[in-house]
Amino acid sequence: MSSTTTSKWERRLLSGVQNGRVALAEHEAQWGPLPTTGGADLLAQVQASGLLGRGGAGFPAGRKMLTVAVGGGKTVVVANGAEGEPASAKDRMLLTRAPHLVLDGIQLAARIVGATEAYLVVHAGSRSTDAVYVAMSERRNRVPVQLRELPTAYVASEESAVVHWLNGGDAKPTFTPPRPFERGVHGRPTLVHNVETLAHVATIARHGSDWFRATGDADEPGTLLVTVTCDGVPGQVAEVPTGTPIGDILTRAGIEPGDTDAVLVGGYFGTWLPADLAAQLPLSHHALRAAGGGLGAGVLVALPAGRCGIRETARVAAYLAAHNAGQCGPCLNGLPAIAGALQRLCTGEWDDRWWPALERWMSVVPGRGACRHPDGAVRFIASGLSVFAADLAAHRAGRPCAGVTQPAFLPLPAATSRPSWR
Amino acid sequence: MTVSAVSALGSNPLWYTTRSAGVIAFVLLTLAFAFGLAATKRALASRFWPRFATQELHRNLSLLALGFLLVHIVTTLADSYVHVGWWSWVLPGASGYRTFWVALGTIAFDLVVVLIVTSLLRHRMAARLWRGIHYCAYAAWPLAFLHFLKTGTDAAHGRWGLYLDVICLLALGGAFAARWGTSDHPVGPVRSLRSRTR
Amino acid sequence: MRIRINPIECQAHGICAEMLPEWIDVDEWGYPILDGEELPAQLVAHAKRAAKACPTLAVILSGR
Repeated sequence: MSSTTTSKWERRLLSGVQNGRVALAEHEAQWGPLPTTGGADLLAQVQASGLLGRGGAGFPAGRKMLTVAVGGGKTVVVANGAEGEPASAKDRMLLTRAPHLVLDGIQLAARIVGATEAYLVVHAGSRSTDAVYVAMSERRNRVPVQLRELPTAYVASEESAVVHWLNGGDAKPTFTPPRPFERGVHGRPTLVHNVETLAHVATIARHGSDWFRATGDADEPGTLLVTVTCDGVPGQVAEVPTGTPIGDILTRAGIEPGDTDAVLVGGYFGTWLPADLAAQLPLSHHALRAAGGGLGAGVLVALPAGRCGIRETARVAAYLAAHNAGQCGPCLNGLPAIAGALQRLCTGEWDDRWWPALERWMSVVPGRGACRHPDGAVRFIASGLSVFAADLAAHRAGRPCAGVTQPAFLPLPAATSRPSWR
Repeated sequence: MTVSAVSALGSNPLWYTTRSAGVIAFVLLTLAFAFGLAATKRALASRFWPRFATQELHRNLSLLALGFLLVHIVTTLADSYVHVGWWSWVLPGASGYRTFWVALGTIAFDLVVVLIVTSLLRHRMAARLWRGIHYCAYAAWPLAFLHFLKTGTDAAHGRWGLYLDVICLLALGGAFAARWGTSDHPVGPVRSLRSRTR
Repeated sequence: MRIRINPIECQAHGICAEMLPEWIDVDEWGYPILDGEELPAQLVAHAKRAAKACPTLAVILSGR
């Protein structure tokens, strides 16, 4: 049962954040000093809180920490702030405005799993790097934290890719098992958590699991950061209780129900949903899964009415196809094939006899790579073809749709040459 | 080493054995190399000749070659006519007879042993490590070729040795062309709009 | 026993599909398609041979 109201959403992570960075003194005035609670008690609190990972997978954070902790020996903590998702800005915002919450979270997580070293990973050229450096210089960390800048490829921020890169290899996903929690950085059990997850840990350590559970969905409590993109205002980050209806979030961001026909939820590995369905859906992992989607990285993009969803899907498909790691045959062959077909659907050079080939590729590509990149891409594309069925029919028949002349909408990074992997 | 000395000892059975075993070993090695080059090529297989058949041939010919190599080496060491030091089967340069060319043979043998042992233990090592080591074959065969050419009297004094050497070289050249000269991807039902992103 | 393919090591030689056509299908680019189900008992020996024959050791068997 959700406890949401549209009147006032309690800010937790973002409490105290106005404009600019929260310095150490302000941070400690707001939250108090770093708790000295022992690792075992901290772990119990995180487990009791029901906190789910905020990086996209939604795996229970306490369970992940427990698995690494029992691995024994000198473990490693990696805070993943590399936000590869173009439509997401929450990690960048958190690191720029409230870095001390994240840095606290790293220390607490290190205490829980017995880590002797920690890494905070951001994408090279990220705007949060400077703020993090300054924040790190303001404090003394028990467990040393190294700030590292990851290559800007889309798949580079995948868990095993980050670990492989930290070990000196390319920032490309590796074949699993073993997963990082078994064997990660320097071969040791490694805890990889999204920076938002660690920030929540820092708040739970101060106020306890009951406080954390007091807001949000009963099964997946707490708050989460969402990035809302709508016409005119790209990438607003808001903190909402879990289980808040998506419609409420969009309205708060200034999007009225009539403005949009479809909402992209999760990210470019997520799903399109019809606007009327999305409006009532609670923003939670289980509700979205039940509707055939996923919470992902908390991305919400409302496609303005009158735009061509097929064309936007095709643009993103081309981006995803260009950003495969080039390691696995089905992905490196299949995604460009699918993207090429979508491109032809949009430019009008489509021959409908190619449709079975496109369907075949969409069925044969998922699940056959080392990571979930092809799966996410195909899921995103399939949802687009389904939600924008009317536009699809027009394109297949060779009739252009109204939105084709509109400017491009979904945010994508400027086309770069092949990404470097080191 | 004069011609007359060689002909005077023509009836030595060890000497004959070592020469013939060596020649056979070399031919087998050449065939093994050629089949190894062909083993994974889709273009060189068919419904009636699957690639695992080529793979098995490659393996068995290599092992057979090793067998003949061992005979070649043992009979050479046992033969007191030419002084080839006891350690020259594994240590290059230990032979008093045609030191340099025998040494090439020694190194070739050492490499063949490494190739075979690592291949028998292939499943216990990283695939890429095994593959890297297996490229030693490209060094082992030329050494064996030169060893045959310059150590074996058959190549210098009996023309057939030279011809055999050259035939093996040409056969291997053909295998190379077949391996590296053709593309190997299957053509699917729909030629996709493919852009390689590697 | 189940078969998995390491998709990073796999270079689409297709020898596994040659040796186990009853179980391994190949897509239009030459890469193996598997459903991840339990292998029938009579195919286990063939699966082991297929794993041995893979040039990049991309075929992984688990279970018995």
